[in-house]
Amino acid sequence: MAKRIDVKDLNLFYGKFHAVQQVSLSVPPRNVTAFIGPSGCGKSTVLRSLNRMHEVAPGARVEGTVQLDGEDIYASTVDPVQVRRTIGMVFQRPNPFPTMSIRDNVVAGLKLAGVKNKKQLDEVAERSLRGANLWNEVKDRMDRPGGGLSGGQQQRLCIARAIAVQPDVLLMDEPCSALDPISTLAIEDLITELKKEYTIVIVTHNMQQAARVSDQTAFFNLLGVGQPGQLIEVDDTEKIFSNPTQKATEDYISGRFG
Amino acid sequence: MSTDTTDLTRLATPPTFQSVSGARKAKNLTATVLVSLAFAIAVIPLVWVLYTVLQRGFPVILNADWWQKSLSGLLSRQTGGGVYHAIYGTLVQGLVCGVISVPIGLFVAVYLVEYGGRSRLSKATTFMVDILTGVPSIVAALFVYSLWITTFGFGRSGFAVSLALVLLMVPVIVRTTEEMLKIVPDELREASYALGIPKWKTIVKIVIPTALSGILTGVMLALARVMGETAPVLVLAAYAPYINYNLFDGPMASLPLLMTSERNNPTDAGFDRIWGAAITLVLIITLFNLLATVISRWLAPKTK
Amino acid sequence: MVLIGAIGLFLLVQAIPSLALDNANFLFSREWSTGDVTNMRYGILDLFLVTVVSAAFALLIAMPVALGIALFLTQYAPRRLARPFAYVIDLLAAVPSIIFGLWGLFVLGPVLTPLGEWLISSLGFIPLFAKGNVSIALGGTIFTAGIVLAVMILPIITAVSREVFDRTPGPHIEGAIALGATKWEVVRTTVLPFGKAGYVSASMLGLGRALGETIALTIILSATGSSFGWSLFDGGATFASKIALAAPEFNDPKSAGAYIAAGLVLFVLTFVVNAAARTIVAGHKEYE
Repeated sequence: MAKRIDVKDLNLFYGKFHAVQQVSLSVPPRNVTAFIGPSGCGKSTVLRSLNRMHEVAPGARVEGTVQLDGEDIYASTVDPVQVRRTIGMVFQRPNPFPTMSIRDNVVAGLKLAGVKNKKQLDEVAERSLRGANLWNEVKDRMDRPGGGLSGGQQQRLCIARAIAVQPDVLLMDEPCSALDPISTLAIEDLITELKKEYTIVIVTHNMQQAARVSDQTAFFNLLGVGQPGQLIEVDDTEKIFSNPTQKATEDYISGRFG
Repeated sequence: MSTDTTDLTRLATPPTFQSVSGARKAKNLTATVLVSLAFAIAVIPLVWVLYTVLQRGFPVILNADWWQKSLSGLLSRQTGGGVYHAIYGTLVQGLVCGVISVPIGLFVAVYLVEYGGRSRLSKATTFMVDILTGVPSIVAALFVYSLWITTFGFGRSGFAVSLALVLLMVPVIVRTTEEMLKIVPDELREASYALGIPKWKTIVKIVIPTALSGILTGVMLALARVMGETAPVLVLAAYAPYINYNLFDGPMASLPLLMTSERNNPTDAGFDRIWGAAITLVLIITLFNLLATVISRWLAPKTK
Repeated sequence: MVLIGAIGLFLLVQAIPSLALDNANFLFSREWSTGDVTNMRYGILDLFLVTVVSAAFALLIAMPVALGIALFLTQYAPRRLARPFAYVIDLLAAVPSIIFGLWGLFVLGPVLTPLGEWLISSLGFIPLFAKGNVSIALGGTIFTAGIVLAVMILPIITAVSREVFDRTPGPHIEGAIALGATKWEVVRTTVLPFGKAGYVSASMLGLGRALGETIALTIILSATGSSFGWSLFDGGATFASKIALAAPEFNDPKSAGAYIAAGLVLFVLTFVVNAAARTIVAGHKEYE
């Protein structure tokens, strides 16, 4: 069940430091939105605020609203644990649990939720691994530790782990930055397929990647050192890359900046 | 968490957020409570012990005689007198131990960090230091007894105690110094080599000064630790109720030894002496701990 | 490092002549009489049992509590408070053991007496909780000693475990959080598996410490003529406390040798425990 995300007047802080200022944007369901921008502009911070991972850092604070299909995820009645269960996340560096086998890694989320039925778990493991285009490579070694896979395989394992709990939204924080070009291509193909079922938000440093995989692109920028990051503009990817409204976007994309 | 909205289109779809089961929440809460409770449990005995010592010992040490006189010539049931003979013993035994241990510990640590690398000898040394850390104080005392007293034929003395304390102190110093030296960034060493400064001089002039505050803090903490040791004084020194300045000969008191020997004294005077000595020992140890903190503040490499 | 060998060697050399004079079985006898050097009869069985039982009892109490504290300090406590809290725990380690001993005998012992009596009357059918061979009113039992020991080894176990738990890689924790794990589930899926080996070896270090603890036990444990009967409410002596009690009267090298032999056994015991602990840690480091 892909859902839409609406962000309104979002301000993010680390202690006293105002990291991101006044972000408002919408992510439609079954759509890939890319966040691009120079380092330190707050794009990862915004991403992490979408499933309440931002508040895990000490002193972190959030103002404004983030709605998932009209529900405020920061409402006081909502447990952050529920939010993260519904909005999955894939990190910059693959982080499979080193003490678990490949199979256990994939179904870790379900096991936490209390699913014990072995048959059901096996089914989910296979389906998720197929979904992550990894099944054929690992089906014969499901009981081996997840740390033994290559970097690209590990990242796909993490994607399988994220989709095994059937989230509504998938957040990806520079999922390819630690991978070689071939693995990157595999992940990009995967994103295009996953789009059919999930709402995806991806942070990337690689503008070609944003252009290749996303339908919508949001450009973030910093006005200066120590200033909060801002959303400069958000629009269809094609429009952003061919004919952006803002000059800063154009400068960045054409390589004259950052 | 399901939504309570009456919106009809909404009801047809599952709730936005998958709920977290009550059992999981309960487990999480239980764990949080247990974990916090564990901490509270540990604080209770600490406060209790310190309170006991303060309550029973504090009145005793308010008397100026306590710090200036010994128990010489006093009967066991007579109140009054002081423990300066025991304070002297504790401090001198501890300091002599420190004087011997610090260079040894320092050399071993410098070897391990700067020269040893991953050689066999250094691995074996590390392992031995680890094991030495775990040697019970009574075993260290017995070792010194069998070496110093039965083999070499010396008598029991304060110095024998110092030797046993050395065995306990060296591994601690090696450990802390090692940690401190490891923190010194390699860039500093390389910068020094690049200036054509030989290795030993780099260590003496660059590495050790950088790590000095940490090393001294470790030494202070180790001293505080060994001064509270009782087993070695029990085995290696005889108690004397009077002052003995000579570390190498004759019975010599120390605070722990005074406490154990006064335990055989069932009178109120004995009781007071035990708790008075206890609080004195705690004060001395606190003093050394404070000193450690002060040193680390003062000597820490200035960054501003 | 030659020292370790030397310690073992010297204790052995000193112990051999006395062992030769031992008229009882050293390993399995429960007697201990060294007063008459022409007919010494001593064995370490009781010492061994009392030492091991009190240390094991202490470990049983200290392990879960230390685990809780280490988790509290690394995962639960607010960042700003974690350091001062950790300092408080370290303070426990700074209190000299003689003071713990006095506190255990004079303060804790009497407080525990009613609890002990209750355990004896309600669970007395289990040998461990049977009426012991010393007066419970004085509190000089293995029960009291074990609890004091537990307090004393808490800071060691906590300190080492804390260090290991702190090194749990952040990405693993984030991964678990992002999967929608509750705090406890995060701890269970990432911190605990990662720190398990460290925690076990920390506990072994604590055990080594408990086995060798001398003066606190010397003060607390009541002497008894009868032998150890597997009850926590027995008195008796451990290796270390036996040696410490006799130390002022080390006059004859032959009888002193008997105690040195006991010390040697204690040394070997702690050596094995500590070496095991270190090996576990070392193995774990390579695995990382």
